Amino acid sequence: MIEFHLDARSGVAPYMQLIQQVRHALRLGVLNEGDKLPTVKEVVAKVAINPNTVLKAYRELEYAGLVSARPGLGTFVTRTLGNDSVAHQPLRKELERWLTEARAAGLDDESIEALFLSTFRRFSEARA
Amino acid sequence: MTSALETAGLTHRYGRRTALSDCTFDVPAGRVVGLVGPNGAGKSTLLQLACGLLAPTAGEIRVLGARPASGSPRVGFVAQDTPVYAGLTVAEHLRMGAHLNPSWDSGLAERRVSQVGLDRAQKAGKLSGGQRAQLALTVAAAKRPDLLLLDEPVAALDPLARRAFLQGLMEFTAEQGVSVIMSSHLVADLERVCDYLIVLCESRVRVAGDVEELIATHHRLVGPRRDPADLGGGRAVVEESHTDVQSTLIVRSSAPIDDPSWQVDRLDLEDIVLAYMSEAAAGRLRVLEGQR
Repeated sequence: MIEFHLDARSGVAPYMQLIQQVRHALRLGVLNEGDKLPTVKEVVAKVAINPNTVLKAYRELEYAGLVSARPGLGTFVTRTLGNDSVAHQPLRKELERWLTEARAAGLDDESIEALFLSTFRRFSEARA
Repeated sequence: MTSALETAGLTHRYGRRTALSDCTFDVPAGRVVGLVGPNGAGKSTLLQLACGLLAPTAGEIRVLGARPASGSPRVGFVAQDTPVYAGLTVAEHLRMGAHLNPSWDSGLAERRVSQVGLDRAQKAGKLSGGQRAQLALTVAAAKRPDLLLLDEPVAALDPLARRAFLQGLMEFTAEQGVSVIMSSHLVADLERVCDYLIVLCESRVRVAGDVEELIATHHRLVGPRRDPADLGGGRAVVEESHTDVQSTLIVRSSAPIDDPSWQVDRLDLEDIVLAYMSEAAAGRLRVLEGQR
């Protein structure tokens, strides 16, 4: 079982924060197939948010095929998100090598992040 | 679905003073509604009209599809400062609630009292502010109302007690599917728990609507100085300020703002509430200047 929290200053809509926390837990392997999400009542009693916010987040997760609601039982994980430990190892190595090169070329953290983000954005836009 | 609260031209006067004037809005059932506005804006008057403690001077008010009646089993009311009977113990409050309310849910009352750790033998006058608020909420909730009205329930509470109160309130809401209308000055709290907002200023409703929709349609525009009248149709200016070179506008707009000379920022609920409240205050100043 995972526990939700809310960052009121993040500017991200509360229901989106819940979705991101579930996706994050799926990616990290904290949540696995068959695991139960906390009930709406449990979430609102802990986080003090509107029940409709939780319902909306769970609906979207269901729509994305990640969880399914079983009436009277609860909401269960039906699919995990790529666990990066094994499959991503070569990519991680390559990225590390690139980062070393960027450092050697004199880029600081901020420039590396900006370069990565702007390239990533342009790449995604070209594919969209 | 029927409305939780519906008003048309609702007006209330205390003698010559107008507390609420010409309010028209419609709150759907199943919502948690935040009622905000400066002191004296008419929030308490509106809540007291809704639970039948006051009668309107003019206009219509309907609660759960019916004319409000004082003591209705379908409406729970927690008045300002969460009043309890100081001389009665917690257990006596529950006994009295059971005696006075045919729909009393003693299981729910007992469960809540244990959950928030109230001592049943304690006199209510000796409870802390947070405990007193929890007791008042328990008594109102155990009536199993369809609509719960709360007048600044968390105003006097410390942050921990406030959070505990809102957790209890949201749990009850999720469990019973009850509609809630709650007045508060703490917009950050309302942003968490409310999905509908009503801003009252100077006895009038400035804006009422779904929170997500309010956030999606309100923007801050910053750009070179210009006349806000040039913005075009479908856009209402909520608040404006100008320097000699720059204009800053808070705008409500259903259409996207595509003029590239504006920098468009997203607003949170607090920004939106403040924009409506300060515009109402500025309007009053303009009237005063005009009278001089």
